Amino acid sequence: MPNERPEKPPALKLEAVQRHFRTNKRLVTALDGISAEVEEGTVTGLIGPDGAGKTTLMRLIAGLLRLDGGSIQALGLDVSADPLGVQGKLGYMPQRFGLYEDLSVRENLDLYADLQGVAPAIRPARYAELLHMTGLGPFTQRMAGRLSGGMKQKLGLACTLLHPPELLLLDEPTVGVDPVSRRELWQIIEHLMQTTSLTVLFSTAYLDEAERCDAVLLLHEGRLLGSGKPGEFTKEIEGRSYLASSQLSRRRLQARLSSTPGVIDAIIQGSHVRVITASTTTSDPAGWIEEAPDLRLTPTPPRFEDSFVARLHEQAQETGSSVTAMPPPLKSANDGDDNVISVSRLSRRFGDFVAVNDISFSVNRGQIFGLLGANGAGKSTTFRMLCGLLPPSSGSLQVAGYDLRKAAAAARGRIGYMAQKFSLYGDLSVHRNLRFFSSAYRLKGARQQDRIDWAIQEFDLKPILNDTSKDLPLGFKQRLALACALMHEPDILFLDEPTSGVDPLARREFWRRINGLAESGVTVLVTTHFMEEAEYCDQLVIMAQGRILATGAPENIKRIARTPETPDPTMEDAFIAVIETPAEADVT
Amino acid sequence: MKGAALRRFTGLLRKEFLQILRDPSALAIAFVLPAVLLLIIGQGVSLDARGVPVALVVQHPDALTASFTGHFEQSPYFRPLRYRDIQSAEAAMAAGKVQAIVWLPSDFSRRARANGNSPIGVIVNGVDANDARLIEGYVQQVWSTWLAAQARLQGKRSPLPLDVAARVRFNPGVSSRDYLVPGLIALIMTLTGALLTALVMAREWERGTLEALMVTRVKMREILLAKLVPYFLLGMGGMAASVAIAVFLFGIPMRGSLLVLTGTSALFMLAALGMGLLISSFARNQFVAGQIAIITTFLPAFILSGFVFDIDSMPQVVQFITHIVAARYFVAILQTLFLAGDVWSVILPNALALAIMAVIFLAAARAITHKRLD
Amino acid sequence: MWRQVLALLIKELLTVLSDRKSRVVLIGPPLIQLMVFGYAATFDLNKVPIAIYNQDRSAASRDLVAHFTGSPTFNVVANLKSEKPIDDLIDSREVRMVLVIDPRFTRNLLSGHPAPVQMIVDGRNSNTALLIQGYANNILNDYALAWNARKGAPPPPAVLDMRARFNPTLDSHWFIVPGIIALLTQLVTLLIVGMSVARERETGTFDQLLVTPLRQFDILLGKGLPSLLIGGIEATVIIAATVWWFDIPLRGELLALYFGLLLFVVSVTGIGLMISSLAVTQQQALLGAFLFMVPSVILSGFATPIANMSEWVQYLTFINPMRYFLIIVRKVFLEGADFSALTAQYWPMAVIGLVTLITAAWLFRKRLS
Repeated sequence: MPNERPEKPPALKLEAVQRHFRTNKRLVTALDGISAEVEEGTVTGLIGPDGAGKTTLMRLIAGLLRLDGGSIQALGLDVSADPLGVQGKLGYMPQRFGLYEDLSVRENLDLYADLQGVAPAIRPARYAELLHMTGLGPFTQRMAGRLSGGMKQKLGLACTLLHPPELLLLDEPTVGVDPVSRRELWQIIEHLMQTTSLTVLFSTAYLDEAERCDAVLLLHEGRLLGSGKPGEFTKEIEGRSYLASSQLSRRRLQARLSSTPGVIDAIIQGSHVRVITASTTTSDPAGWIEEAPDLRLTPTPPRFEDSFVARLHEQAQETGSSVTAMPPPLKSANDGDDNVISVSRLSRRFGDFVAVNDISFSVNRGQIFGLLGANGAGKSTTFRMLCGLLPPSSGSLQVAGYDLRKAAAAARGRIGYMAQKFSLYGDLSVHRNLRFFSSAYRLKGARQQDRIDWAIQEFDLKPILNDTSKDLPLGFKQRLALACALMHEPDILFLDEPTSGVDPLARREFWRRINGLAESGVTVLVTTHFMEEAEYCDQLVIMAQGRILATGAPENIKRIARTPETPDPTMEDAFIAVIETPAEADVT
Repeated sequence: MKGAALRRFTGLLRKEFLQILRDPSALAIAFVLPAVLLLIIGQGVSLDARGVPVALVVQHPDALTASFTGHFEQSPYFRPLRYRDIQSAEAAMAAGKVQAIVWLPSDFSRRARANGNSPIGVIVNGVDANDARLIEGYVQQVWSTWLAAQARLQGKRSPLPLDVAARVRFNPGVSSRDYLVPGLIALIMTLTGALLTALVMAREWERGTLEALMVTRVKMREILLAKLVPYFLLGMGGMAASVAIAVFLFGIPMRGSLLVLTGTSALFMLAALGMGLLISSFARNQFVAGQIAIITTFLPAFILSGFVFDIDSMPQVVQFITHIVAARYFVAILQTLFLAGDVWSVILPNALALAIMAVIFLAAARAITHKRLD
Repeated sequence: MWRQVLALLIKELLTVLSDRKSRVVLIGPPLIQLMVFGYAATFDLNKVPIAIYNQDRSAASRDLVAHFTGSPTFNVVANLKSEKPIDDLIDSREVRMVLVIDPRFTRNLLSGHPAPVQMIVDGRNSNTALLIQGYANNILNDYALAWNARKGAPPPPAVLDMRARFNPTLDSHWFIVPGIIALLTQLVTLLIVGMSVARERETGTFDQLLVTPLRQFDILLGKGLPSLLIGGIEATVIIAATVWWFDIPLRGELLALYFGLLLFVVSVTGIGLMISSLAVTQQQALLGAFLFMVPSVILSGFATPIANMSEWVQYLTFINPMRYFLIIVRKVFLEGADFSALTAQYWPMAVIGLVTLITAAWLFRKRLS
């Protein structure tokens, strides 16, 4: 093992790294005194939610940003003193890798080979090796812009590896990549680690990837929350993670559990609720919740995410901020399971490209319905058609009995919409955004004031009321976007990638709210590429290349992947299983 | 290491050329934009009044008035329209139907025969002062040729004691298109040059491609230079197309040498592209870069370059300000090259100014583009 | 409905004005340009450098030279001794004209023969060349008539009594500065609306608007009113500067001017919104704005008269709102026009505005990808 050779200097040494940014009037601290070491020959995960400072740290190491304090030693060189020297020895793949989309795979490789000074003589062999490794061999003539998200990342990686680097910095290479490609990317990295003496720093917001790393740096809000081997993190909470089950509906159970003292975290996982307790010693669960005397807790092995949440929770308690409680139901639940959304034989083509290919599904009132798939699977196109933003090429769809594209403006008043990237008016203050959207939804007078007050209180917006919304942390943006979409108490809520980039705590809070809304009869249609979020849905469809590959309740879909080796498959396993099956069927 | 730098540079160059070939927008800016603008506007800009509608009011027509109005009928500058009285002529002027009124009062012929100095009333619409002045000049010409003709007819010497001859150098036909079109080329090339580069650096910033480039061993000056070379060639291509349109389609004479034209165009193109690069490196996003480009290029180059408004006529302070407009130098060079020829006393100082501007813009663009993201 | 439009309006105004860069861009350059262009854009000759080559050294010719040195139009920078430097002086633009007085000048004058005088003019700027000739001819005529009067020669049968209506001193600022009102109002309007839809499309907020109960018409009003407001305010400032700073007389009905301004901003807004909703990216919107703005300014009659353009280009100008507004501004300022005199200019702008706005609103929903 590499860490058994302590005499070797670390490949990367961070000492009290400081970095600030100035946005408008405020000085924002992106990194606050990070000290860490990365050992040679390891894969180190730089893990933390969006806005934790991962990208800033990567850029500092690559010499692309100036340090405000502290020092960085990479491969024995001081980055501030000799950025060019360091840049010659490291490979860096930024979050949005700079592939020239109008150049072919081969031309991109040529460019980076020229830039990295790879001698022409050794290029054929090097190209062949990298193309083989990344599986891009058959596509050398294809324009980079026409590759799938996963293939783009692999090409980016290949470009970075043309001149074998000693230190490889990968900034969120797996973001927006489907699980199959994600698995392949990891295989490439593992292959590299076996064949070369490379050191890799790998940043990600997917906490499950931590378990694949040799070591982990846990970053949160610019501070190092912890570092060590992934196993050490999970060890801390050994004996504190359980699966809870009861007669009570899983949502109600989750809601009750999360407000139970001694419970740090409660999330829905399949038909159970995953619970993390504050300590290993717990009282008899039967007494926890009045409505659920039959509550049972089954111990389950801790995951990395559990430890992250536990750490965040401890920190949150230290700083005194609290996790908001579950919102009260907006209105009494409407009973009946009439069809609120129905889609039949819906297709959408853009020129030759079929974005959505003959899909059908229906959603009942009060359901949380998920559209699951990688970027480019056709989720967003479907979504936009449902909202009336895009006319279908063929097929029919109805939302609350209307085709929103043709229906009168009033019909749109029944739906709430939260766009990808939380499209708010960035130049306006939080309060202005609330005012604007409530007016746009035709609220006025006392009722408008009531709803704005409700939103401010419910989403805890008071402290940031006058802040410009583009400067808000992502979690607040998401809250504000949801508040805006709920202003007019819609019957149907459309959420497009509502949790991407948001840290696990904010995600939990968000889902608690959505659960509450569903309980009160609101129908929720949500797209996501976070596989574990599928667990929250009552029904879901898995989409790939414009088609629906599987429909059903999460448990049923997971069952597809159940094999003797994996008796309890995750949603990701199921997704891969579902994707790989029809692909083979198509080939034959 | 020298070889490695060269390879980096050729790699970047190849990339730029491939991108230009595949993205039609750069080619459109370089060739379609100048061609379309030049074709439309070239047909449109002219300060030469021809066939100006003029109201003739003759209250007592006789042989003398007929000889006078006959000169108006023959003049290419005027399209005379008859009006019975001064009131209706005034009304026609208010309605914009005529630009000027020439009025021979009822006692015109009597006074002309008696003491001479019989007044001819001329009223021009002074709203467009330039047009009005040109019309006054044309009326004066008609009047003096009529006087000479009258004198000849009566076997007398011309009543005016001077024999004024005018020789207009370079543009004997005094066609305004001949000088407006070269100026227009300078104006359009200002837009093309700035638009070509104003967005390219901003685009690389926005798409994140610059970040991946930066972390290789490439130097910032190599990136900028690799941008400059292809867009320079494109811009020169657009320039060549514009000159061809001017010479072959509009028939503007080209009296200077192509070599000097190429050399000075190259200097101007460097200055214009440098300005675009500077805007682009400064703004880092396409929206702001676009706004700055709109504001800093078009109107200043239109009004302050000497394209239509003669710089010598401007107040001192404003003349001073025009020195920061690169188009100003190029307009002077182009007007001279097209109409006069290789007049070194005009070309050298203006070319020097362009060279200085190019160096300043490019150096500034280089100075504010660090190989860093902050 | 008005409440929603008001909310949209406030949002647009805040978006435009809360960003410091936008604010600077919208307010600074137009006002600076007003001042610079107001002085720069002139066709009036002022101290044109000329040289005189007087080959006839007599009292009569010196008197003629004095007429030129005394004129504010000309600035005699050189008295030549030979004709050799003439071409160089003109070629290098040191002088714009050389007046050559023939050696026979006095002799001919006294003997009653026409006395030869020659003007050699730099024709590179033909407009200036013509104006120089015009001014010089005036001086020469004055001299000739004065000579005749002094010598008791018979006067010419007729003389010209020239007057200029509306602009008696033929000050071209009176023509150009009101034009700048149109120029800058269009610039500001285009800066506000030219990329506004494209920008909202790129950030995704436009989708958000389309799923609210807002109708296309509401969105159209919300997008259009800010440019009307800001354009109107800036135009007012420029009009005030025109009247009080540049001392251009405002003779007509202010209301008629403002009605024209309203229609002008509406039609430019319509064109800007159309470009903006047609474009998929901000870059395309920018190119579109440029492709509209450049010809629309040059072919508007701002500097060169529309009547001089070739016929098909004249037809093209019928779809250019600035053409109509320029006429309105100048007629109201200088000719004292009222509503009834301007109907022929009002309705085409109204039509352009209506067509482009409807198209833009239709594109809001149509152009989604």
